Amino acid sequence: MSIPTNDQASVRTIQTSETPLGRDDLARLVAKDITPGSFVNLGIGQPTLVSNYLQPEQNVTLHTENGMLGMGPEATGDQIDGDLINAGKIPVTELPGASYFHHADSFAIMRGGHLDICVLGAFQVSATGDLANWHTGAPDAIPAVGGAMDLATGAKDVFVMMTLLTRDGASKLVETCTYPLTGIGCVTRVYTDKAVFLTGPDGVQVRETFGCTLEELQDMVPVPLRAASADGS
Amino acid sequence: MLNFIDTVGEAVAGIKDGATVMIGGFGNAGQPFELIDALLECGATDLTVVNNNAGQGDQGLALLIKEGRVKKMICSFPRQSDSWHFDAKYKAGQIELELVPQGNLAERIRAAGAGIGGFFTPTGYGTMLAEGKETRFLDGKWQVFETPIHADVALIKALTADGKGNLVYRKTARNFGPIMAAAAKHSIVQVSEIVPTGGLDPEVVVTPGIYVNSIVKVA
Repeated sequence: MSIPTNDQASVRTIQTSETPLGRDDLARLVAKDITPGSFVNLGIGQPTLVSNYLQPEQNVTLHTENGMLGMGPEATGDQIDGDLINAGKIPVTELPGASYFHHADSFAIMRGGHLDICVLGAFQVSATGDLANWHTGAPDAIPAVGGAMDLATGAKDVFVMMTLLTRDGASKLVETCTYPLTGIGCVTRVYTDKAVFLTGPDGVQVRETFGCTLEELQDMVPVPLRAASADGS
Repeated sequence: MLNFIDTVGEAVAGIKDGATVMIGGFGNAGQPFELIDALLECGATDLTVVNNNAGQGDQGLALLIKEGRVKKMICSFPRQSDSWHFDAKYKAGQIELELVPQGNLAERIRAAGAGIGGFFTPTGYGTMLAEGKETRFLDGKWQVFETPIHADVALIKALTADGKGNLVYRKTARNFGPIMAAAAKHSIVQVSEIVPTGGLDPEVVVTPGIYVNSIVKVA
């Protein structure tokens, strides 16, 4: 999906909610934005919630990097099978038409550009779409990367879901990431509790805001923002 | 040469100190616990272990690490909520870690089995995991040179083997099994069931028996 160019004449009113969005509302919004028929990988944590809101008529196929397409909802009760887990090692189910494959094939699916969308969490996203989501860089932290770099590099579109601000009130949308990078220029959209941002080489556009105006949002975020054109879906 | 072996102890008896051992599994799915227990029992040490993780809880690979048998881990995701044995060894400086993005780990293992001397991949470009590595601008993007990961031995869990060593796996327990079987000089496979030659449909075989050296049935 290309980032639309800004056309001031067609800027729409972008505040679409009186209040910031909760995690489930945000997951519902991401789910609604996924193009029907897409192959999608949902990262561990908040992105996993998106699967709760995908509609059957969207015909979305979920990929899990540990070797499966056609992943179903989390397993419960008798469905739990230790041989059938997702990337977060949570027991899941298989849907009709599911397939299994080994790890090299699974990552060829990503790296080869076959996956339409991945949804990831983040520590920071830069104005040009750099992603930092795997390591705080703290000297005593044990680094663990998993499939984060492969997903960030391989999927056609990388959506990030995160709160806009840290607990200390600092923006996670930044001019330049200070945490170690996961990928360069890979993020295309950032879904936060306060706004949806479109990122790309031309800077950051705001598709919609929740519980704040664009001006109020700009006061929270240290990168220049502009409203997305009306066709920027 | 394919051998059917009676016990897991005999199956791992040839693993020497200092060996590089690939262990299949993603978390606990596909982890060959019985073979790992036997490796622990046989006492081999100074091992370099290749696995996606670095053990969880108090079983399998986690115990091998706890007992100090692992000199180095090559993995993508060591830190988990229950990876306390790895965490303790790492913080004490008693285990070396080579952290590899998961897809690079898989492709480096695949490359070893496929006789590839190395490959360029976009994954990791511009990150600290690519520092010091050769890069090239290929196919419209910057890519990083990665080398194959070879191993002396692979320990793998599959569901069923036939008399020729052909394997099928079960659901997401397949994960690294097929590529590790090809990459290691000697593949040891634990299975739940052995069927006679001809008992597996050739169209559904996942790992052809040519990659398999030892098969042991576990309960």
